[in-house]
Amino acid sequence: MINNLNILLPEIFLTLSIFVTLMLGVFTQKSFNLIFNLSSIIILITIVIIFNSSNITERIFLDSFIKDNFSSYFKVLILFSSLFVLNSSKVFIIESKIDKFEYPIIILISILGMFFMVSSNDLILFYLGLELQSLALYILASIDRDNLKSSESGIKYFVLSALSSGLLLYGCSLLYGFTGSTNFELIADKLNEENKGAIFAMVFILVGLAFKISAVPFHMWTPDVYEGAPTSITSFFAVVPKVAGLAVLIKFMFIPFVNILLEWQSIIIFISIASMILGAVAAIVQKNIKRLLAYSSIGHIGYALAGVATGAISGYKSTIVYITIYVVMNIGAFSCLYMMKKDGEYKENISDLSGISKKHPILAVSFLIILFSLAGIPPLGGFFAKFYIFTSVIEHKMYTLAIIGLLTTVISAFYYLKVIKTIYFEDNFVVFDPIKNKVAQTTVLISCTFLITFFLYPSLLNNIVSSLFLN
Amino acid sequence: MNFPILSTLIFLPLISSFFIFVSKEQKKSYSPIYISLFGSVATFLLSLFLWYSLDINSSDFQFIEEKSWINNFIKFKLGVDGISVLFIVLTTFITPICIVSCINSVRDRVREFLIAILILETFMIGVFCSLDLVIFYLFFEAGLIPMFLIIGVWGGPKRVYSAFKFFLFTLLGSVLMLVAIIVIYWLTGTTDITRIYEIQIPQEYQNLLWLAFFSSFAVKTPMWPVHTWLPDAHVEAPTAGSVILAAILLKMAGYGFLRFSIPMFPIASEFFTPLIYFLSIVAIIYTSLVALMQDDMKKLIAYSSVAHMGYVTLGIFTLTKQGIEGSIYQMISHGLISAALFLCVGVVYDRLHSRLISTYGGLVNYLPKYSFLFLVFALAALGLPGTTGFLGEFLILTGTFQKSYFVALLATFGVVLGAAYMLWLTKRVIFGKTNNTEIKSLKDINKTEISMLAALAFFVIFFGFYPMPLIETLNVSVDNLINNYEQSINNISLVKND
Repeated sequence: MINNLNILLPEIFLTLSIFVTLMLGVFTQKSFNLIFNLSSIIILITIVIIFNSSNITERIFLDSFIKDNFSSYFKVLILFSSLFVLNSSKVFIIESKIDKFEYPIIILISILGMFFMVSSNDLILFYLGLELQSLALYILASIDRDNLKSSESGIKYFVLSALSSGLLLYGCSLLYGFTGSTNFELIADKLNEENKGAIFAMVFILVGLAFKISAVPFHMWTPDVYEGAPTSITSFFAVVPKVAGLAVLIKFMFIPFVNILLEWQSIIIFISIASMILGAVAAIVQKNIKRLLAYSSIGHIGYALAGVATGAISGYKSTIVYITIYVVMNIGAFSCLYMMKKDGEYKENISDLSGISKKHPILAVSFLIILFSLAGIPPLGGFFAKFYIFTSVIEHKMYTLAIIGLLTTVISAFYYLKVIKTIYFEDNFVVFDPIKNKVAQTTVLISCTFLITFFLYPSLLNNIVSSLFLN
Repeated sequence: MNFPILSTLIFLPLISSFFIFVSKEQKKSYSPIYISLFGSVATFLLSLFLWYSLDINSSDFQFIEEKSWINNFIKFKLGVDGISVLFIVLTTFITPICIVSCINSVRDRVREFLIAILILETFMIGVFCSLDLVIFYLFFEAGLIPMFLIIGVWGGPKRVYSAFKFFLFTLLGSVLMLVAIIVIYWLTGTTDITRIYEIQIPQEYQNLLWLAFFSSFAVKTPMWPVHTWLPDAHVEAPTAGSVILAAILLKMAGYGFLRFSIPMFPIASEFFTPLIYFLSIVAIIYTSLVALMQDDMKKLIAYSSVAHMGYVTLGIFTLTKQGIEGSIYQMISHGLISAALFLCVGVVYDRLHSRLISTYGGLVNYLPKYSFLFLVFALAALGLPGTTGFLGEFLILTGTFQKSYFVALLATFGVVLGAAYMLWLTKRVIFGKTNNTEIKSLKDINKTEISMLAALAFFVIFFGFYPMPLIETLNVSVDNLINNYEQSINNISLVKND
């Protein structure tokens, strides 16, 4: 019994800490700082716990919960990215007066939900985890409740997300009806191409998941929520739920749906191509950086899905490498936004960046590196992410997907270049307020260093990811 | 020899750019220029040493460095042979000249400019050293970033348009090459080009792969009809940017044809030869005619670059010894001459801030030293015997005559046109009446400008009279290239006859 609990230790620790911090927050005055720092420490401790756990695959609760390298990797990725997102945005949170003590706690709750998602081996546990994180995200989207845009984005996200959760749940119930089981592995045994009802269920589940990772055509909420929510929340939305969503998607393709590859492959290819194209084209006309990053994230999800579309382990690996590098780039990009403050107000328009290279050379260079990396220009990290994806796509002879993907890279390069143009080529002299947010600066620095030095040893990440699929 | 000379060569400019980055920012300080000059001259000397110690009697790749890079997939492999060493030396020779030219022409953000130039040099040397397709692609593409910034930040009034056009055209061309590289990897199991040379790529794939590589190199060369980015980029780029663009970046494509297209896809190269002939001839004649009608000096030289690169592609795809050697010779010569011509334009542009031909006229009366040097380069560009320009064109035409009289005839016609636009340019700028009174108060070129131009003029004339050092370096490698090519073509025809 004690052994079993060890498997769940990160989740148990997280749950207890949430209770304790919640109580602390309620019973102390002006507790934001305290709770915030405590949450960071909790995240750090959870990382340590996961690192210390054995890397043997273990299952409990009638095989519904699984602890393996795959889930541990994603948990660590989720924790690290939450840590960076939270800490780089602290100054922003305080200055935008959304420093409620619930803020970090809700983030912890959503992390807990994601933990169950990536560890689930059962439809019910999966759905519970998904809903736990979704509920937390609804609140986060509208946390700035006196702000019209934030409330609007919260409602929008809630309504659409609830709809997609409904579809997903419907799919789960259909799947149960047609296979007689909720366990992923048992479903995999029962599923084959003759089981038309289950294929129907697969489509519903895919729709639900595509919504969560904002893949076209279920992306409509993304730009509005990204723009409406406070930047600190947007950066969380852009990074962490995407990681969890993709992990679950890979899991679904890898375990329960493994025998109906041909059925879902064409759907994923379509979603992937549509996301790449829309992400590239729609971003061109954007004037708000957060909207631009929203469309760019749609495009990036398209590339990540291209790896999934191969339906092979090499493809999944490349997707995981992709999403990891994507996380680093996006955290860097959003941390840059925290420095765009002028006259005490945070700026969000691309035109506000006009000519900042003259007064803020370091910020400009960082932005430059991150944007070129997002565009996938060598020798930066973003190139390798795309390179691995297309290597596995071409390995499986999906030439059309590869060529469309690379052509959309060129189109998307255009809007990244537009931002760089604004920063470097324009003659204005925009001067931001002196940058006080040291953590954001450090985060940008870490992210840029990672992206620049990635080419020195590009197989490090690959080796780690390869070990996830060994068992 | 265990000393990693090629890696040192590649990363020396990068290291010196790092020193500039950490050096203190001061107004009117020359220290960034000294640091970068020191770094680039050291690189130049090292590359001369490399050339000197290269065994020119061997066609193998030398100074090979190999490191595992991505597990079981790609090795970081560098090496040079007789062909690439010349391009490396050209790169390291042109870069210090560009840095010297900054002293007069770049007023704003000199540090950043020098950093960009040095990083660009790193990538350019990397392109010529790499013996692995992915490493090559990495360096080839990475060069876009500094060049984009050089055009965009320090360029002329229409710089944004030009920088975007340059970046997107080149990127569009090269993504297809990336697809081809990955396909080659899955076909042969390696991206190491020395091993791909030994493995025949299946015939049915060759044509498509060749076209994918061609799409990248054609944009970069640039060949008609995808040359339109070049005049824009040249006109808007600052002097040093134009010099690097014309002298080195364009040569990457010619080098790519020699290093990749022909040895890896011999059958496709044979198959597509008529296409290359056609595009080259159009480039030579059409862009020469376009060059005649330009009223902007930089644009005129840019179009002449397209025409000259037309000779290069023509020569490469004659697949004869004279043709290929001529092409390489022409690339080196064009590297020197076009660099010099852009510097010449830069010199007067710094003084009068106009590139229009009509602004000038009768410069010979007021800037005699400048006019002399300008004349030397103009004559070299039109291929006057005794300059490098003549030898390159002569060898290419000799090669072409072996293959097709008709093509050679058309190409020779281009030589006449080349003479026409260069002489007419000289007549209008250097000679003629001085209508513009501002010219009368102009100062003749100063010592730094003379030193840059004289260095270039010396080599243009020296190698014009005595081409042996270059030709000898090339000889064995080109022989090897042609032998391998003919061998694989013969193999195919043997198979067909059976």
